[in-house]
Amino acid sequence: MPKGAIEANVTKNYGKTTILDHVNLSLKRGEIFGLLGPSGSGKTTLVKLLCGIEEASEGEVKVLDTKMPNLSMMKKVGYMAQADALYGELTAYENLKFFATLSGVHRRDQKERIIEVMQLVNLENELQKNVEDFSGGMKRRLSLAIALLHNPDILLLDEPTVGIDPSLRQKIWWTFEKLRSNGVLILVTTHVMDEAERCSRLGMIQNGQLIAVGTPEELKKQTDSVTIEEAFLSFGGGGE
Amino acid sequence: MRIIAVVIRILRQFISDKRTMALMIVAPIIILTMLSLVFNGEDLELKLGVRNAPESIVEQMEKHANVKPIASDEPIESTLKNDYDAVIDFGNGAKKLYLEGSDPSINRAVINMVQSSSMGKNQEVDLEVSYLFGSNDMSSFDHFGPVLVGFFIFFFVFLIAGVSFLRERTQGTLERVLATPIKRWELVTGYVIGFGLFTMLQSAIIALYSIYVIDLMMEGAFLYVLLITLMLALSALTLGTLLSSFAKNELQMIQFIPLVVVPQIFFSGLFNLDTISNYLSWIGPLTPLYYGADALRSVMIKGQGLTDIWIDLLVLLGFSIVFMILNIYALKKHRRI
Repeated sequence: MPKGAIEANVTKNYGKTTILDHVNLSLKRGEIFGLLGPSGSGKTTLVKLLCGIEEASEGEVKVLDTKMPNLSMMKKVGYMAQADALYGELTAYENLKFFATLSGVHRRDQKERIIEVMQLVNLENELQKNVEDFSGGMKRRLSLAIALLHNPDILLLDEPTVGIDPSLRQKIWWTFEKLRSNGVLILVTTHVMDEAERCSRLGMIQNGQLIAVGTPEELKKQTDSVTIEEAFLSFGGGGE
Repeated sequence: MRIIAVVIRILRQFISDKRTMALMIVAPIIILTMLSLVFNGEDLELKLGVRNAPESIVEQMEKHANVKPIASDEPIESTLKNDYDAVIDFGNGAKKLYLEGSDPSINRAVINMVQSSSMGKNQEVDLEVSYLFGSNDMSSFDHFGPVLVGFFIFFFVFLIAGVSFLRERTQGTLERVLATPIKRWELVTGYVIGFGLFTMLQSAIIALYSIYVIDLMMEGAFLYVLLITLMLALSALTLGTLLSSFAKNELQMIQFIPLVVVPQIFFSGLFNLDTISNYLSWIGPLTPLYYGADALRSVMIKGQGLTDIWIDLLVLLGFSIVFMILNIYALKKHRRI
């Protein structure tokens, strides 16, 4: 099997609490990997470990064969945090411009990229609006646009579609699929089951342990379930 | 390039956050104006009673104070209670000074006055008072004004820089920024330059206002005042951003003020440094305001120049560099590389 774009084998402890327990994950380019699990199960911590903000207590994360954290790998990763990390007193355009420069988008391409990503999230007419006047869903979409700015090879998205209405969510998923077919690896965490169905592969996480990995079809077959939700429950994953 | 992006973003935030900008410039101006009015009020007029005094001395003293002869059989105690600041008894050849004593500044003024007027007692010499620094119309506000200019710049820069770096953490943008390939030193440098540019404007306005509107005594060159306030502001800015790493929220940041900022006043020369207990006096040289205030007094009161303040400036720069390095190190908590 060829080496994945992301190879992780990690344990993470905060003090005496174990957040992630020997999570072993191999992700390939050109797939959408859905991370499924109740809140508090360790999804966000795993995403942060993969993008290099957090570091494993045991084990390591390799992105494109390079041990994280690594600055040149961070250039290839687009990260969208669960909280909207935006500067409220600035306009959408100023936020995008700032992160574009930080992520290494060339000056002369910045304007074009900004308009492109904002069209993807239907915000192209809100560029000059202050972010503090945005609704929750608009902020979410702007965060997503920022993660896409520098054409990353790997997208790590922590609940990207929370608070986004269904028709726009369709559009965003269509974008994900297009990016995937261009060879981008996308990892999303989600609660929404119909989104899970659209993933190439799913990882189910419960109490810091990866309890199952496979395509949605495989997982349903293994457990004789009709829905992903059922499959998740029969793997021992309990909701809240 | 990334540094410039941080700088531009900070300046844009300032421009769109008018209230913070106003706070940093207008608040110090208002406070300094109020203080100047409080301390530049009318001259203190001493009220003295004299007993058995020769006519010539009474005349001499009347130039400086409200002098009233008192009958020699009247008890001194009741006179003092009767709103007199002091009573001088010239009886039996020896001079005796009875002070009311509740206000030390009045006590000093009385003693000074009596000493100076008795100098010309027997010889008809004109009293000529000369001052090494300042002059006889130097008010007490001229004396501690330079310290306060430095203090308020330090205070507001510390607070605003600290809170805005802290907010970067609480609103999650610090994490988001650190998920990009920016280096920790680039972020800290960007902060210093961005705030530094704004602080330059702030210091210039406050210094100009204090000198030309409040009419604070100004013997030296304005350029030096700018240089000192800028260095002082830099140390406040780097200290504020550093300490914000140890605060969880804005309230905790504000709790640093009585601990870190206010005690600096004690060692800034506002109070006589020689009288500070030995248990505490070592703290002074560890505080930035100690050097900033010293340099400001040198320039504004004594009219000195670069040769007298370069050490202060260098120490302030040293503080800033140390705080910056510590801050770059403190950011390791959020990303190791």
